[in-house]
Amino acid sequence: MENILQVKNLSKKFGGLIALNNVSFEVKKQEILGIIGPNGAGKSTLFKCITSIYKPSSGKVYFEGKDITYLPTYKKVKLGMAITHQIVKPLKELSVLENVMVGACYGKANLSLKEAKEKALEILDFLGLYDKKDLEAGKLNVPQKKRLEMARALAGKPDLIFLDEVLAGLNPAEVSKMLEVILKIREKGITILMIEHLMHAIMKISDRIIVLDHGQKIAEGTPKEIAKNEKVIEAYLGDPKFALKLVKH
Amino acid sequence: MKKGLFSLLISTFIILYFLFLPIVKSSPILREASFTTLMYIGLAISLNILMGFTGYVSFGHVVFFGIGGYTTFTLLYYYNFPLILALLIAGILSALIAGLLGFVVLNLRGAYFAIATIGINEAVKALVNNLDFLGGAEGLFFNMKIYKAYGGPQNALWLSFYLIGLVTLIALIVSYFIKHSKFGLGLFSIREDEDAASTLGVNTKLFKTLTFMLSAFFPAIIGGIFFFKNGSIDPQSAFSLTKSVEMIFMVMLGGLGTILGPVLGAVTYDKIKEALLVSETFKNLHLTISGIILLLIVLFVPEGIVGFLRKKIKPLKNILD
Amino acid sequence: MSIYIDTLINGILIGLIYSLAAMGLALIWGVLKVINLSHGAFITLGMFFAYLVFKYFHIPPYISVFLALIVGFILGFISYFIALHRIVSKAKSFKEYELSSLLSTFSLSLIITGILLFIFATTPMAINLPLSLFQTKLLASIFSIIFTVALGLFLYKTYLGKAIRAVSQNIDAAKLMGINTTLVLAISFALGIALAMGAGNLIAMVFPFSSLSGASYELKSFIICVIGGLGNPIGTIIGGILLGLLENFFGLFFNQGFVPFIEFTILILLLLFKPKGLFGGSK
Repeated sequence: MENILQVKNLSKKFGGLIALNNVSFEVKKQEILGIIGPNGAGKSTLFKCITSIYKPSSGKVYFEGKDITYLPTYKKVKLGMAITHQIVKPLKELSVLENVMVGACYGKANLSLKEAKEKALEILDFLGLYDKKDLEAGKLNVPQKKRLEMARALAGKPDLIFLDEVLAGLNPAEVSKMLEVILKIREKGITILMIEHLMHAIMKISDRIIVLDHGQKIAEGTPKEIAKNEKVIEAYLGDPKFALKLVKH
Repeated sequence: MKKGLFSLLISTFIILYFLFLPIVKSSPILREASFTTLMYIGLAISLNILMGFTGYVSFGHVVFFGIGGYTTFTLLYYYNFPLILALLIAGILSALIAGLLGFVVLNLRGAYFAIATIGINEAVKALVNNLDFLGGAEGLFFNMKIYKAYGGPQNALWLSFYLIGLVTLIALIVSYFIKHSKFGLGLFSIREDEDAASTLGVNTKLFKTLTFMLSAFFPAIIGGIFFFKNGSIDPQSAFSLTKSVEMIFMVMLGGLGTILGPVLGAVTYDKIKEALLVSETFKNLHLTISGIILLLIVLFVPEGIVGFLRKKIKPLKNILD
Repeated sequence: MSIYIDTLINGILIGLIYSLAAMGLALIWGVLKVINLSHGAFITLGMFFAYLVFKYFHIPPYISVFLALIVGFILGFISYFIALHRIVSKAKSFKEYELSSLLSTFSLSLIITGILLFIFATTPMAINLPLSLFQTKLLASIFSIIFTVALGLFLYKTYLGKAIRAVSQNIDAAKLMGINTTLVLAISFALGIALAMGAGNLIAMVFPFSSLSGASYELKSFIICVIGGLGNPIGTIIGGILLGLLENFFGLFFNQGFVPFIEFTILILLLLFKPKGLFGGSK
């Protein structure tokens, strides 16, 4: 299948610290690619470099074959990328509906205000936030805020969506609900790149997984391959609980 | 009713009231009082477009009032431009300067932006102070002959009054349409969280700069009208930081980011000031009293009059804006 | 040649006086993250304090400065609880905190300036000491150095000073360490105000002044803080001296009137490119 995103030798240095070291990978259209790794492995940095929130120190990013490495974030969004934040960033004093409308208006969809409202209502319904539409976004609880992040991203009709720990802080019931949502999103033809700490969840849902450790890609493969990969188990040894979880699967 | 329309109607009504009252009574005294009120309303609306919609607080916004004043004055004084044309040029020039400055200064956030705007105002004031062409610290004075083209000083005063009413009304309508447009939604997302806005696809830099330009356009025209009417201009009165702060005060008092807020804020502020200046006891303490009121607003009703009404009177919650 | 030496000396002395004025602003900005727009008003208050104490008790400013510091501390402490405490504890975001604190400190400035105008109008005042201009400048400069050293020792050597620095670096962590942050913030603000009043008190013996004089020192203080960076008294001294030298040498070669224009242009450029101060890292 065709690639939607290609990352080539991407590196990011903060002063003397190398947060990301020559990372390369490809993302196929409509796949769910999971990104895992211990804390501080550079997962969020990777997302931020791809989306120009950080400026990469070197390397290239291609989106649908075009070099977009140094395009500003908003242009990447307009091209069809959609970004969620690990630390939720609701537009607090705007209503939930208005939050999603911003995504619809300024994402790839580039809708008019009126169309954006319809689209936003549809998405809110899809994510089960419809009855909260008039609430100030700052007043949502954490799981709702996470869903709002996704709603805003989806409203722009993206081709590729970055999910940064959207499952963190959710209870098991909420997790399985969210996983269903993610699968449904994929059914809409959207490619998904997700960072996740919840091993069983990401193992279950991903088509392929990339493992980062100390800024480097140490493994890539199907969930089954990853679970057996020695390097990966080694990387997680600092965190025995994680290693245990990996082995269990 | 469409959200915000109610507020637009009340605001329009208030502006028209101050515009027509002196006309109906054909009273020059009322006209002078109304001129000030309308000018304040116009300035507050302009600043609110920037401060209320994007969250960028310009402490030196008066610089555009001054630039407009000087541009208009110079064009009339040296080149005998017709007033309307001079005002338009003043507005456009001011917007362009704001565009250039904004492109750079809007990279600063929060308090750093505020300080930079104070710096800009002071720098421009210092510059004008030293330009002989603009009259230096003494400023420029009109020869009464200038008013001849407008049917003499009396008629020129009435003309200034109509113009200030017109500009204020236009500023109001523009601010209403911005707020309820797609562009406005982008601005409010910047106000809430600029980083989030850009990850949602908003071209934050362009949006901020355009807004800064727009919020510099109207004050320049208002400044032009004011100093045309005044007959003289000097750096102290054109670039007075006090006027800048008055603008912030009015916006906060009425309700940041709302349509009706700046209008109510300006009228209330103007009336408070008038009352204080009339009373013998308070005349010289008006600065102190303004300070106390501002402090009370900031501490206890930061949402301003409109926000307060919206919170306290349920039926108003959805129609007042 | 001697004109250059004169200019150099004068520039340094004036610079030290400016840094004296800026010290309180830098402290409050550094610790509370508040740009204290009442700074100038408290400087003016210090000037009138010196004037009144000299007029009625014949105490010269270089003595009354200690009284001014005490009065300033008390006023600052009260002002913190009137104008800032509620904002510190209620603000929902840093942005809101920043805006509200700008406005509330500006309200303080309006209140103080209004009272001064009410009593003294804008009549120019001066304190006539049996000293030459050079001597008063020198005296004020010496105080500037003393204040800097004292503030430095206080911040780096005493428990309270360390607590203040801890709060300025990370207020949440400081709170977790058991530091009474409210008290530390109040004391820091009070110290900043004390320094502003002390500075005004000393400047009053050098230059004539009026109810509105503080504003120009406040603006210069912004520039100094931006040059020198925050939270380090040495930076403030260097920032002040650079500004003093700039003013004096510029005036030697060009039209003195353009000095403020140059200064504010530098301010804006520094804010853009070196927001952590000339000696801090770039942004």
